[in-house]
Amino acid sequence: MARIIVVTSGKGGVGKTTTSAALATGLAARGHRTAVIDFDVGLRNLDLVMGCERRVVFDLVNVIQGEAGLRQALIRDKRQPNLSILAASQTRDKDALSLEGVGKVLDELAESHDYIVCDSPAGIEKGATMAMYFADDAIVVTNPEVSSVRDSDRMIGILSSKSRRAEQNLEPIRERLLITRYSPERVAKGEMLSIEDVQDILALDLIGVIPESESVLNASNAGVPVIMDEASNAGQAYQDMVDRYLGEELPHRFTTVGKKGLFGRLFGG
Amino acid sequence: MALLDFFKQNRKSGSAAKAKERLQILVAHDRAGPGPSYLPQLQRDLIKVIRKYVHVDQDAVNVRVEQEGNQEILELNIVLPDS
Ligand SMILES: Nc1ncnc2c1ncn2[C@@H]1O[C@H](COP(=O)(O)OP(=O)(O)OP(=O)(O)O)[C@@H](O)[C@H]1O
Ligand SMILES: [Mg+2]
Repeated sequence: MARIIVVTSGKGGVGKTTTSAALATGLAARGHRTAVIDFDVGLRNLDLVMGCERRVVFDLVNVIQGEAGLRQALIRDKRQPNLSILAASQTRDKDALSLEGVGKVLDELAESHDYIVCDSPAGIEKGATMAMYFADDAIVVTNPEVSSVRDSDRMIGILSSKSRRAEQNLEPIRERLLITRYSPERVAKGEMLSIEDVQDILALDLIGVIPESESVLNASNAGVPVIMDEASNAGQAYQDMVDRYLGEELPHRFTTVGKKGLFGRLFGG
Repeated sequence: MALLDFFKQNRKSGSAAKAKERLQILVAHDRAGPGPSYLPQLQRDLIKVIRKYVHVDQDAVNVRVEQEGNQEILELNIVLPDS
């Protein structure tokens, strides 16, 4: 029995794919058999972030339409033997995904995996609802910014009303909040919504706070998930997120302005 | 200077406070849902009436219900074409 995790947000460009790659890599590195699926039909980029774009032969839509078997389409990660990637189709229209087809793929994956991570496309339309429908857990990725928080709130409403668990009156999806691109300096200046502000509005448990970091772009340039960059604060914050997902209780790091000491704070510098 | 900044920060006078205030209103509105079911029909009827006098686009008329305290307010927004 696999646990299905959707990484979702509503708003585009907030860090879903970065987070999906980190979560899947982190789970696999901890010994769990993990698959990560790109649901962004038409705009696939999980394979780029994972650095396996040149090994994509078949994709999710090929499997759903019976043009390839799941085993043929799964790409085994070069770094993590426990990790496989199912790419999104680049060309076909969104209607190529059907709830029934997605359900079958997930059922088959569940036989041989412990975790299935679903990278949702942006929006609250079909692609996004398809990615979250079968989820057991959700990570709601939010930037501390008005439109992102608003869209996350709408997504939370959809998670609790239009998912399989909601429709079948099962235990609701376990939803947790991940704040990304957080800048403690700007929060301290009153220019950015704080963790508490976002939590006040969304009322979800916090699974992590990922700081705004140059290492994220560097990692995606190289095709290496940022969680593997152990020297970077974003990489470390993602490691903590994975540990929290697996039940550890850890304090949130990188959420306050760097320690300058009282002297520095009073007299600048 | 730094000392002053430190106190200013604690007063939360920056744009983040404004962002939060806007969000609270937005989210309350989103959560209230689309409003009474007659709204779309009302919107169509209004367009018909207005078009007797001036030609407006289909999306020029916006109807929504606002909750303010224990009062419900029907808000009409009609954008007239530039002439
Ligand atoms: N913590 C961070 N610090 C700095 N940049 C970041 C951070 N997280 C994400 N980004 C950058 O933001 C951009 C969007 O990230 P990503 O592709 O993960 O978002 P997404 O939510 O999957 O987007 P889409 O909705 O288009 O699928 C990328 O350029 C990425 O490098
Ligand atoms: Mg993405």
